Amino acid sequence: MLENFTYLYHGFGIAADPFNILLMAVGILLGVIIGVLPGLGGANGVAILLPLTFSMSPTSAIILLTCIYWGALFGGAITSVLFNIPGEPWSVATTFDGHPMARSGRAGEALTAAFTSSFVGAFVAIVMITMIAPLVAQFALRFGPAEKFAVYFLAFASFVGMSKEAPSKTIVSMMIGFALAAVGLDMVTGQLRLTFGFEELLNGFDFLIAVIGLFGIGEILLTMEEGLEFRGKAAKIDAKVVWHTWKTLPKYWMTSIRSCIIGCWMGITPAGATPASFMAYGIAKRVSKNGKNFGNGEIEGVIAPETAAHAAGTSAMLPMLALGVPGSPTAAVLLGGLLIWGLQPGPMLFVEQAEFVWGLIASMYLGNIVGLILVLTTVPLFASILRIPFSIIAPVILVICAIGAYTVNNNVFDVVMMLVFGVIGYVMKKTNYPLAPLVLAIVLGDAAEEAFRQSLLASGGAISVFWSNPLVSSIMGLGLVAGLWPLISNLFSRLRTPQPA
Amino acid sequence: MKNLHALGLGTLTALGLAAMSMVPAAAEWKPTKPVEFIVPAGTGGGADQMARTLQGIIAKHELMPTQLIVINKSGGAGGEGFLDVKNSKANPHKIVITLSNLFTTPLATGIPFNWKDMTPVAMLALDEFILWVNAQEPYKTAQEYEAAIKAAPDGTFKMGGTGSKQEDQIITVAVEKALGKKMTYIPYKGGGEVAVQLVGGHVNSTVNNPIEAVSQWRGDKVRPLCVFDSKPLPYTDKILGDLSWSSVPTCKSAGLDVEYVMLRGIFMPPGVSEEQVAYFVDLFKKVRETPEWKQLMKDGAFNQTFMAGAEFKDWLTKAEATHKGLMQEAGFIAAAN
Repeated sequence: MLENFTYLYHGFGIAADPFNILLMAVGILLGVIIGVLPGLGGANGVAILLPLTFSMSPTSAIILLTCIYWGALFGGAITSVLFNIPGEPWSVATTFDGHPMARSGRAGEALTAAFTSSFVGAFVAIVMITMIAPLVAQFALRFGPAEKFAVYFLAFASFVGMSKEAPSKTIVSMMIGFALAAVGLDMVTGQLRLTFGFEELLNGFDFLIAVIGLFGIGEILLTMEEGLEFRGKAAKIDAKVVWHTWKTLPKYWMTSIRSCIIGCWMGITPAGATPASFMAYGIAKRVSKNGKNFGNGEIEGVIAPETAAHAAGTSAMLPMLALGVPGSPTAAVLLGGLLIWGLQPGPMLFVEQAEFVWGLIASMYLGNIVGLILVLTTVPLFASILRIPFSIIAPVILVICAIGAYTVNNNVFDVVMMLVFGVIGYVMKKTNYPLAPLVLAIVLGDAAEEAFRQSLLASGGAISVFWSNPLVSSIMGLGLVAGLWPLISNLFSRLRTPQPA
Repeated sequence: MKNLHALGLGTLTALGLAAMSMVPAAAEWKPTKPVEFIVPAGTGGGADQMARTLQGIIAKHELMPTQLIVINKSGGAGGEGFLDVKNSKANPHKIVITLSNLFTTPLATGIPFNWKDMTPVAMLALDEFILWVNAQEPYKTAQEYEAAIKAAPDGTFKMGGTGSKQEDQIITVAVEKALGKKMTYIPYKGGGEVAVQLVGGHVNSTVNNPIEAVSQWRGDKVRPLCVFDSKPLPYTDKILGDLSWSSVPTCKSAGLDVEYVMLRGIFMPPGVSEEQVAYFVDLFKKVRETPEWKQLMKDGAFNQTFMAGAEFKDWLTKAEATHKGLMQEAGFIAAAN
């Protein structure tokens, strides 16, 4: 472990080169812009810029590209808070409380909380990477299909158990999501499912299209009905908002620590940032004193998912470097880059390319600090966007949404799908069906189904595979408790206060 | 500057077109706008890695006057990408890289396309397949592993692979036939994930491409038993201890009579002119001369056969027949076919 610090010290020497610092700033700014435009996304941004980096040294190149990634992560929070449009899957949970805060004139606070929490989450994850990198890689190897399914099960179950709406409505919404996720190629049999002969459906329903429609377009429809006005318009823009918010943040240290742990754990087990953000939100809601107020603009509801998502997003770099398994599309593109620079990700990377690896880790520290400073200075600027009259901003959002939906696959059909999802989102909101479980199921449904069927293939159909070792059974156990929590807590309260029914 | 350059090329092309009517041999087609490079597979896989390397090489050595843009269209086991090329009739600014799904996807899913719906350009290389086991397993040779499979009941040994009813499963079925024992085939999304599942001990063996598992081999986490080709690999650079790719025996010599190589080839949409095809054949010939390409071939232990024109078409016709036969025997053909 001590030698890790020696390596890290050398890494800082490489990353703190003025040219590399400049690259960081450029990367973060580009990333924020990419993150603000829904649909463009970090993966596309990195892919477009990848060829530009071939003339640089591998370390400089990966610093630029990872900083674009950090910037996109920061930027994703901006649209979630201001317009209820999550640019990335893990920003969905940020909208639950971030957007209500913006609507009640507290956009600056919400953005500051989001950015700061992202930073905290990422920072804790990097510290963890520094300390226990080799151990963590070993732990990730223990995750076969059964363990992966258990983690997904936990994410879904905790959502059912923790939701504010009736569990039945959550389950209905989730099942619609599963059905949509099933469209396209079935990976296990190699057959097409539910495409009804339409070539447009070969690829299934893209998460981004669904989210842009359900949240973005749905939100515009709702606002139109409510009188063409953002309530955030009345917000006072105060340059000191960052400072004022910071003073309140230490109160929520418990939430932060909890979310960091959830995030790091989900990032290493290759489940990823999306379930991490949802789980952190769900647990914070259940545990917090202010839990009842979650969903109406509670700052803790922004801190929890943002911290967890970024802790997970950052610690997911570790399996990529140590095992060569990309945890996200962006990581996959970065992986392609590594190969072109002549670096083979895998167990030997840490030994043979120590300079590169520790330079990268050092750049994570510096990149996140540079990023935090850059985005915080722009908070008042972004918050003031809400002062633009809705009648002007709405068409702009609509056009950006349409462009975003189009760029996902360069397909006009997707723009139509986005509008259809917009109407579905509106109807679901009017009838009080929660949107989040639907989105969660679209994002993770495929992966969960795959893991489930792979486990059963391996076990020859025996369902006991989900209780076959201590690791998988404890995760499944947690999942069951989380899913049945409403029943359990009900039972407890009845036992404690035996009242006549 | 770059715009001026492009403008100059445009003029040249126009002149070239004018000249073509008089002296066809002197006319040379060049792309006049960015060329889309379709990858009918997801990011991070073998085809994607190769396409992005090509993009890098062409940009770095300025082998093409316009940009090459990689686009992943992986829907429907790559059917999405192939249909896009098929439907872009006579568009010379689009090329596609193939993997075995060129043959397997239409057969397994009934998605309506065939390699004859596109214009074959060139075979860049052939990708090899190797039988891998976890380094902690007791099997040092293919023979020992074969004996263990034969001695155990059907379905005891688990083979991990990429996708379903595609190359990895085709090889698995061929292995099963050769040994007369069933294995349990577990499909995963990508080759990298398959290699990690092998390292984690969640499957017993895989048939990963060399490039997908080489880093795990260097870390002494997995062990290559044999290569599914007719002759051993020529690469002698040391990878683990004294071992190199050339020390891996062929499966046939180890008593497992299965041979399979995968096409890494380039196609264009239907209806493009011969000059346009010739331009890209020439482009990829130049790519093959670059040090970066040679390094990729070495890292991935590729079979460096290059083909174009009639020779390539003959190869394709034979390969299609082979795949049809293999898939028919395995019962993988969709009802629609």
